[in-house]
Amino acid sequence: MTEAAAEMRSVVIEREFAFPAERIWRALTQPHLIEEWLMKNDFKPVVGHRFNLRGEWGGVLDCEVLTIEPQKTLAYTWNFSHEDAAFDLKSIVTFTLTPTRNGTHLRMEQAGFRPEQKQASGGAKFGWEKFLANLEEVLARSK
Amino acid sequence: MSAAHDLLFRTLADPTRRAIFERLCREGEQTVGALTATSGVSQPAVSKHLGALKQAGLVRDRHAGRQTHYSAQPGALNPLIDWTGQMAGFWQNRLDALDDLLKRMDQ
Repeated sequence: MTEAAAEMRSVVIEREFAFPAERIWRALTQPHLIEEWLMKNDFKPVVGHRFNLRGEWGGVLDCEVLTIEPQKTLAYTWNFSHEDAAFDLKSIVTFTLTPTRNGTHLRMEQAGFRPEQKQASGGAKFGWEKFLANLEEVLARSK
Repeated sequence: MSAAHDLLFRTLADPTRRAIFERLCREGEQTVGALTATSGVSQPAVSKHLGALKQAGLVRDRHAGRQTHYSAQPGALNPLIDWTGQMAGFWQNRLDALDDLLKRMDQ
C-alpha cells in the first residue's frame, strides 16, 4: 500500500461508566480482565511490549503498547494481517479516561489506514462469500 | 446507519436477490434469460430483483439488440466493507462487556 493512496480513517466510541477511573484502568490493563471483555491476550503495561489479542473466531491481532499514562491514556497498535489486502488493517487504538461527576468518561478511538481495496481491478479475488456471510450475521442481529 | 447503508442492507436481505447478485459477481455479465433459467423463479421476478439491485447501485445494465445484459458493481459494497463501520459495532459490543465486567469487579 502506498501512503499517498491510503486514506486515514477513524472510529470513535464514547461512553460514561458509573465507576472510578482506577477500576476501568485495571480492566484495560490486567490480562485476565482484558480477556473477560475483549480477547485472550499476553498484554503487559509496558511501552514497547508486543502482544497478541486472540479472537474467538481464530483471528490474531498484532499489537504493541505505545502509550501508558496510568488511569488516563492507553494506546496500542491493532494490526491484522490478511492475505487478502481488503481485510488487512493497520491501526492504533487509544483509550482516554476522564473523571466525571458520576464516574468516568471513556473515549475509544481507533485510527488507521483504509485497507487497499483491489476489487476494482480484480473483483474475482474478493472475499464475497465471507463478506456475505458476515452480512447475514449483521442482518440477523439488527432485527 | 446511513440511508445508503440501509438501502444496501435491505436490497441484499432478500435471499433470491442476493443469490442473483452473488452469481453475477462469480460468473460475470448475464442476460435476464440466462439468470431466469437457473434461478428457480419467473422472469418477471428476476427482472424485478435486478431492478432493485440496479437501484441500489449493485448492478449495471447494458442493452445489446433485444437483450439486456447485467453485471455486478462490486464497488457499491464499499460503504459496507469499510472497516470503520464493522469496528464501530465491534467496540459497542465490547464496551457492553466491559460495563458488565466493571459491575462484577471488586472495589
